[in-house]
Amino acid sequence: MSGATLAEKLLARASGRDHVGAGEIVVARVDRAMSHDNAALVSRKFAELGPERVWDADRIVIILDHRVPANDIATAEGHQLIRAFARQQELPHFYDVKAGICHQVMVERGHAAPGELVVGTDSHTTTYGALGAFSTGIGATEMAGVWATGELWLRVPETIKVMAEGEFPVGVYAKDLILRIIRDLGADGATYRALEFHGSAIARLSISERMTLANMSMEAGAKAGLVPPDTVTAAYLAGRVERAWEPLLPDDDARYQRTLNYDLGALKPQIARPHSVDNGCDIGAVAGTRIQQAVIGSCTNGRLDDLHLAADVLRGKRIHHEVRLLVFPASIRVYRQALDEGFIADFIDAGALVLNPGCGPCLGAHQGILAPGERAIATTNRNFQGRMGSTAAEVYLASPATVAASAIAGVITDPREVA
Amino acid sequence: MMARAWKYGDDINTDVLYPGRYLQLLEPEEMAAHALEDLDADFAGTMRPGDIVVGGRNFGCGSSREQAASALRYAGVGAVVAASFSQLYYRNAINLGLPIVVSPEVVALIEHGDELEVDPAAGVVRNLTRDIVTEVPPLPDYVMQILAAGGLIPFLQDKLKERT
Repeated sequence: MSGATLAEKLLARASGRDHVGAGEIVVARVDRAMSHDNAALVSRKFAELGPERVWDADRIVIILDHRVPANDIATAEGHQLIRAFARQQELPHFYDVKAGICHQVMVERGHAAPGELVVGTDSHTTTYGALGAFSTGIGATEMAGVWATGELWLRVPETIKVMAEGEFPVGVYAKDLILRIIRDLGADGATYRALEFHGSAIARLSISERMTLANMSMEAGAKAGLVPPDTVTAAYLAGRVERAWEPLLPDDDARYQRTLNYDLGALKPQIARPHSVDNGCDIGAVAGTRIQQAVIGSCTNGRLDDLHLAADVLRGKRIHHEVRLLVFPASIRVYRQALDEGFIADFIDAGALVLNPGCGPCLGAHQGILAPGERAIATTNRNFQGRMGSTAAEVYLASPATVAASAIAGVITDPREVA
Repeated sequence: MMARAWKYGDDINTDVLYPGRYLQLLEPEEMAAHALEDLDADFAGTMRPGDIVVGGRNFGCGSSREQAASALRYAGVGAVVAASFSQLYYRNAINLGLPIVVSPEVVALIEHGDELEVDPAAGVVRNLTRDIVTEVPPLPDYVMQILAAGGLIPFLQDKLKERT
């Protein structure tokens, strides 16, 4: 028998087995269950299902982030319903509208740890794979089942290995790497599968950068994006996660479905063109394209290092007079740190509008909707038709440095030309 | 069930199946009114209960929002037939009791507006317009049990009863 991939190790542990193989369906115990504003729908489904109490209040986390503060009456009613549910069930980990984006809050406040199984009612729940947890998105009805039983069925995924060596050139970042990987795999190239990241370049990445990779793995269809935990992981978790955690690592002789190899030194800034994340290109192919909105933030790229990169590009400059630059930090902690570091002042002085932490304009619900014919460049994770507003608008995805450089020029701009 | 096919292309994503601007809605009939709105604005108003949605590769890619499946179910869609599904859509459809058929071969034999009969349990799709009968591989047992129960909620209700 060959060795196990990290996904196989994690799901063997979660299902109480010594070994599970790709393709098997297992019933797994959940360590943490995360929901955001859609907890309103989950609580309805939970009531329909019938139990009076959730299976384990300490393992449920609810973080309001999608439309915060409430942008209309229906949303306000949803938030009201969730607050009442959290009180009634005595949930100790309920975060109201100010904490930040669920995925950032989950990681920065220690709700995910290596070796654990985390499910969330959001597709970008794959983010905590950056810590070596198996984390994946599920629907509201399925979450109601988890709240009731603490279990769910999972098909053990095959794994695609991603090897990255070398160092990023100036102006090229983790976002460019994951956009390149999605461009190579296609929007369904990793469907039902896990991505497992390896190589000396991955070992050097911060947790924030690893989160960018794991977060967007799902844009290639992946069920999980996994980084084997190491000393970087342990250092990040110290003081954050109080419970005992046990890192799991893949076996050296694990069987992978295929391997992709990347030399970071050869990578150029990447752009995902409308209207799909796999419609990628090197930046040269679209440089000069006029934009009306630039967006920096999200669970993909709204952390302190992302804001730092953008502030370095914007400091002492003014954005183009026909561009709206919206900045939304990933959490209130990131916002506070960015204030201390002076990045928020850099943004305001450059002409940006700084929004509250949350999902902001990413999913087209509020705060920065695009009109027909408008074009945006964003550090977010999805550029589907209509994603940020009108179906006749366009969204280009890029790194924080590329978005900041483009905001200054008013056209899509290579960040290496602005330094 | 005899029904008409509403055929669309590859990579039909959750934003066009159920736009983010309606995610705050909680009532089934409100959700049903916005099914497929940014893909085919005529769909919700003119589809008949039992009609079949047909897609290409990677149907339902993107968000975990189950409204992309439940809005179709609430509108009365009989089944979704696609060459392949995103893993999240696959799970949501099953959990909400929306039958699915995974078969690139069947999709290739269907044109928009064809009259179909789809029986996911038997694994048979009949194209009455073209007089073609196709057998499709069955879904895994565990998944069929959930579908047969009418979705995850009735399935779990039975399980929870067994435990008490």
